[in-house]
Amino acid sequence: MTHSMLFGTLSWSVFPTNVVAIGGGVILVGGVLAVAGLATYFRLWKYLWREWLTSLDPKKIGVMYLVVSAVMLARGGADVILMRIQQATSVGAHAGIVSASHFQQLFSAHGSIMIFFVAMGFMFGLINLVLPLLLGTRDVAFPFLNSASFWLFVAGAGLVNLSLIIGDFSTAGWLSYPPLSELAYSPGSGVDYWIWALQIGGIGSLLSGVNFLTTVARLRATGMTWMRMPMFAWTVAGSMSLVAFAFPVLTVTLALLWLDRTLGMHFFTAGGGGNMMMYVNLIWSWGHPEVYILILPAFGVFSEVVACFSGKKLAGYASMVISIWGIVFLSWLVWLHHFFTMGAGADVNAFFGIMTMIIAVPTGVKIFNWLATMYRGRIRFATPMLWFMGFVVLFTLGGVAGVVMAEPPADYQLHNSLFLVAHFHTMIVSGVLFGYFAGITYWFPKIFGFRLDEKLGAAAFWFWTTGFILAFGPLYVLGLMGATRRLDHYAAGLGWQPMFIVAGIGAALVMIGFALQVAQVVRSIRMRETLRDTTGDPWGGRTLEWSVPSPAPEYNFARLPLVHGRDPFWSAKHGGAELWGHEPYEDVRVPKNSSLGVLIGAFALLLGFGAVWHIWWLAALGLLGAVACVFVRAFSENTERTISGERIAHLEAAARRHAALPV
Amino acid sequence: MTGPTLMTPEMRAEDSKAVFGFFTYLMTDFVLFAALFATYAVLRSGTFGGAAPASVFNAPFALLETLILLSSSFACGLALLAARRENLRNTLLALSATFVLGAAFLALELSEFSRLVASGAGPARSAFLSSYFTLVGTHGLHVALGLIWMSALALSLRMRGFTRGNLRKLALWSLFWHFLDIIWIFIFTIVYLFGII
Repeated sequence: MTHSMLFGTLSWSVFPTNVVAIGGGVILVGGVLAVAGLATYFRLWKYLWREWLTSLDPKKIGVMYLVVSAVMLARGGADVILMRIQQATSVGAHAGIVSASHFQQLFSAHGSIMIFFVAMGFMFGLINLVLPLLLGTRDVAFPFLNSASFWLFVAGAGLVNLSLIIGDFSTAGWLSYPPLSELAYSPGSGVDYWIWALQIGGIGSLLSGVNFLTTVARLRATGMTWMRMPMFAWTVAGSMSLVAFAFPVLTVTLALLWLDRTLGMHFFTAGGGGNMMMYVNLIWSWGHPEVYILILPAFGVFSEVVACFSGKKLAGYASMVISIWGIVFLSWLVWLHHFFTMGAGADVNAFFGIMTMIIAVPTGVKIFNWLATMYRGRIRFATPMLWFMGFVVLFTLGGVAGVVMAEPPADYQLHNSLFLVAHFHTMIVSGVLFGYFAGITYWFPKIFGFRLDEKLGAAAFWFWTTGFILAFGPLYVLGLMGATRRLDHYAAGLGWQPMFIVAGIGAALVMIGFALQVAQVVRSIRMRETLRDTTGDPWGGRTLEWSVPSPAPEYNFARLPLVHGRDPFWSAKHGGAELWGHEPYEDVRVPKNSSLGVLIGAFALLLGFGAVWHIWWLAALGLLGAVACVFVRAFSENTERTISGERIAHLEAAARRHAALPV
Repeated sequence: MTGPTLMTPEMRAEDSKAVFGFFTYLMTDFVLFAALFATYAVLRSGTFGGAAPASVFNAPFALLETLILLSSSFACGLALLAARRENLRNTLLALSATFVLGAAFLALELSEFSRLVASGAGPARSAFLSSYFTLVGTHGLHVALGLIWMSALALSLRMRGFTRGNLRKLALWSLFWHFLDIIWIFIFTIVYLFGII
């Protein structure tokens, strides 16, 4: 590989030559140009910049997270379609539609994108949207840090997508085990793209973790003791403390792999005294907590949704809290079950196998609590509740499959098989993703002022669940028959093809489900007047966010609420203590917009791109620029503006007149 | 902090939020170093025919580095005491002393690194040396960042005096500086002392 000062290792050969890869690049470039063109045509740039991109309002940052994650979901979904077509057609004498190397890029990109830029993005989006509202506060602890985190997330996602056009993505799987991911065996820029996309996005996540943990610990409404918090806030506290303690390990692991690849060090190399099992241990001691980082807030969403749509208070509040922290603690003691077969020995395997079975217990406690909440409740099957029903069935089945694999002898058979692939997809899709879909549908009216169309929502749900079962049911069976993961080709005599075809049909149904969700949003925007939430409380909610008009005003609460127990809004509605007094509205300080967050993201993208292609002047520029932005922010004054009490009185009167609520 | 500035509940909330958040960040940094320490412990024996810990480390030199870094923390404490009395001259004096000691520590560390690289024991030589350079270098990088942060803080103190924000940042920076001491004590023990034994 040649190297020039100006362009590093970049050359003309980095552009794609294969037809499918060119197609991906064309779709990406076309999409970006189309969005930019539309924004220019409708003169939206100023509006977008002022109202969205530079905003420090967590509700707006949350919406931007959801948009980016939905786009990345489409990207990761496109990878799925190609993989499913490949595995359904690449049999015996037929070669399928993509090369082996391209197939490896597909599954590496799919996994990295879905975890880091879809699941994490939806999670941070939802937390941004509703955490301050649920806690009865006006903002997150560090609003600017929040914006910087978001733009780092966008920079990471951007880097993954750049690899579609310039160079290749990693072929080393979503966790890039060495020695395969070392320079000797992956000499291209793919692993570097992977490292920098995750590093930049991961640092954003780490900062978000600190931010939201501080928000829960320090910014709760007066009277909202820990044990009066909504369950979603508890799960955020658990998840974010895992972020704070797990993501630094990811940062180190990625940095060490990069040092190996770039400065010729020997952390994980096959030679030089390196130890590649060290990598596997490090990455999974981040990776296993990561699973619970994603699922805990989804559990929180379901706790709110089930209580609301069953018209009952959440059953077993204290046991829910204990089980959250049980999961947080135990999630540190199970990482080795990802590599029982890699020579740890029987006693170590036994310990981790037993811990893995034990961690299923607190999750089981939650399942029973949700069912007990529904028991004798007045259940309404609105779309969020449908997602819960799909979740509770599929997640339990997938969880049981996990307990099967927790037995090391069984795992020796199932390790790296499609059974494993089916298991973790059941947890991440029907657990995490369904949870966030439920949350988005549930809280959508609070953010936008109108509900999502229920009919299309229900249709999307049925396509997702049916498609999911068809896509992953066969993979469980294939796994038991011996099919390993990441196969780009197999012999016809194995008789696997029919089941791969069924899996492909299932994936297509899921895609239809996704398309229906897009249609749902579009239709709901067009029908927004009929779907308008005039009450601020469209579902008969229990928690504080439903006490303010929809859409929630920038300052969230005109008067900060006083909390006297759990489900404070429910008790206020039913003759309990009032949430606030009748004193005149006071001035509220809110953060001013800042373009420094966008700049930090842009500089981080330059840093990542420069480091991937060894364009060191560009990397240095990116790093210095980002650090300079931090200093500028640290020493800038007047970062807040005031919304006057009169202005609030005016806005509140208007919103409540419109909503026919008591002023 | 008690001082002549009258504190409103909002200011107190702002302080408690900043301290909690920064402390959480410091804990994440602890975990980061924990991962590097674990890596070092695993790869310490991976010398691959190259230099071994006992032949690389020089105990009196590491002790000198330690004493200098601990003195810089003492100076940092003096700066905070002076700031509490709102004595700008003494605060800046103590910060300068902290800076000089911190920079001296970094200079010693860099001289040791260059000595090792010159003798053929660079970070690419073996897994042991990779992990040594990365662990100690990451601490050094933190020290350098602390020095840059402190310079900016000193500048801001000169320009604006003891504003609420400056006092808060000074307190957070001192947390950071003491945190680096604690990490160094672990490095001194685990890397240098255990290496020589």
